[in-house]
Amino acid sequence: MFVSIVRRVLALVPVLFVISVVTFLLMHSVPGSPFQAEDKPLPPQIKANLEAFYGLDEPLVTQYLRYMGNALRGDLGPSYLDRSRTVNDIIARHLPTSALLGVLGLGVAILIGVPLGVISAVRQNSWVDHLGMLLAVGGVSVPAMTLGPLLIWAVALKADLLPVARWGTWQHAVLPAITLGLGHAAILARLTRASMLQVVHADFIRTARSKGLAERKVVAKHALRNALIPVVTVIGPLFAALVTGSMVVEEIFAIPGLGSYFVDSVSSRDYPVIMGTTLLYSLVLVIANLVVDIAYTFIDPRIRLGDA
Amino acid sequence: MGVQAAAPARAAKAAAIDTPSRRAWRRLRKNRLALGSGVFLVLVTLVAVFAPWVAPKHFATADFLNTFARPGPGFPLGADFLGRDLLSRIIYGTRISLAVAVVSATLAFVIGLAYGVLSGYKGGRIDAVLMRTVDILYGFPSLLLIILLMVSFRTGFGGGMSTSPFVQAVNRFDAQVGGVLLIIAGISLTSWVGMARLTRGMALSLRQADYVQAAVALGASDWRVILKHVVPGLVGPLLVQVTFAIPSFIATEAFLSFIGIGATPPTPSWGSMIAEGVNSMRSHPHLAIFPGLALALVMLAFNFLGDGLRDALDPYSR
Repeated sequence: MFVSIVRRVLALVPVLFVISVVTFLLMHSVPGSPFQAEDKPLPPQIKANLEAFYGLDEPLVTQYLRYMGNALRGDLGPSYLDRSRTVNDIIARHLPTSALLGVLGLGVAILIGVPLGVISAVRQNSWVDHLGMLLAVGGVSVPAMTLGPLLIWAVALKADLLPVARWGTWQHAVLPAITLGLGHAAILARLTRASMLQVVHADFIRTARSKGLAERKVVAKHALRNALIPVVTVIGPLFAALVTGSMVVEEIFAIPGLGSYFVDSVSSRDYPVIMGTTLLYSLVLVIANLVVDIAYTFIDPRIRLGDA
Repeated sequence: MGVQAAAPARAAKAAAIDTPSRRAWRRLRKNRLALGSGVFLVLVTLVAVFAPWVAPKHFATADFLNTFARPGPGFPLGADFLGRDLLSRIIYGTRISLAVAVVSATLAFVIGLAYGVLSGYKGGRIDAVLMRTVDILYGFPSLLLIILLMVSFRTGFGGGMSTSPFVQAVNRFDAQVGGVLLIIAGISLTSWVGMARLTRGMALSLRQADYVQAAVALGASDWRVILKHVVPGLVGPLLVQVTFAIPSFIATEAFLSFIGIGATPPTPSWGSMIAEGVNSMRSHPHLAIFPGLALALVMLAFNFLGDGLRDALDPYSR
């Protein structure tokens, strides 16, 4: 068990290496330099000085090795745009907000998606099931870009129940969390339903029923526990989608998180911030997938890492 | 004379045979939601093709006396911050969404199919190399990769700094189509990976199927076996998969345009329209809501169509 986990962790090294190389090359394949604004070209001497200051005049391999050496020691370098802050400062300042938003969105997704899937499966082919699955298709099809403005219009502007935008009190978090989580709730609902339907026809469920257990107990203790195993596996990719999804939600609700900062740095071509944030996101995603893989083996004793 | 008489007879006989594709079509016709979605998407496609005739105004016509006009006569859905007609911009916006949907889906289908069949059917060392590559790509966070590609495309190609004739030609063509070429390139560089994995798995099991083994035993060439016996078995499931992937292609385009590295202004994309609309959310919410509804409706239609296709093409449901 321990050996297979270690092997799994080591397998991530090449993936992260390739990600870092690709990110680095793409960022540096761009002709011109980040200081070469199209509308106001810098005098050549100043440009050369700036490039020498940031080490952009050295060979690519040297630049990559130095960047990664620093990154491994936890230093992601300076921001080109915001001269007074380093990429570390920016991440430290904006990541907690995004992380909180992501956790809230995940909570919305699980709290709505799993019960909806269970109810749909228990009442298979009833109107509850049909309505639930129709809602689920709707939830998958309505992106945050559509849902966010709709919620702001209906809840914040018309009904005046919650603030329109910005971040601070718990009231500010309600609409963004729903916007972020609802689409994923739909995915979880479909998955939970399919998984429940497979489990409820299993022999051990018939046994539980025939020994006279209450229906609620059969569903909650016997069926749900087993049905949730496949659901756990999507939480990794789901986490990935929440991280990237927060970019749109943060922009719409004017939340000062890392997602909206990343979007700004993309449009202003602030390469160190783009690269540092991409590396951080990739690391988070890869680790999230790993944790889910490992957790999976603990939940389901039939699966052992490395046997497959 | 004899030949002429035989033709209708043959047609009648062919109509009586229940082929899998006929069965699928019959089942799809019964699914009202899927059929309605199909009809809706055909209409949207027509609107996209004939946008200059359907739209009341050109998408870039500014009217500074009517900035932020409310929905009403002259501006059915209102006007944006430059006084451009929102309805016309939404109508022109179908072009980018559908172009991305159709071309990306076709590319993902064709590349994924070819790659997967080669890997799964040939097996051995080729399979090992091809699948190792796919595994690494699969571990990539694809949206982040697309963002990175688009940033370097947009600055590399769009900056006009390159002197290579190829880059300049790509750049010119991309500018003419409102940035759609590079968006499709970015999406298609990642989207085939999932298809290739799926195809490979199915090709692997089809290779062992009795009728394929029989064809091999009869001395059919690799090409003949692949094209006549393996690929037809893969098309149905892949078609369903690619239909389900289309909403994500459309959403990705909208996302890229939303964050400003997708469609190039003034070409309207629903994503960039929403981003502009959000800026005046408090006073003019309709500017963000209407393009958002268009986006959701088209995605919904593709999802319903995908559901219908899956049920119709499932060989186990009769």
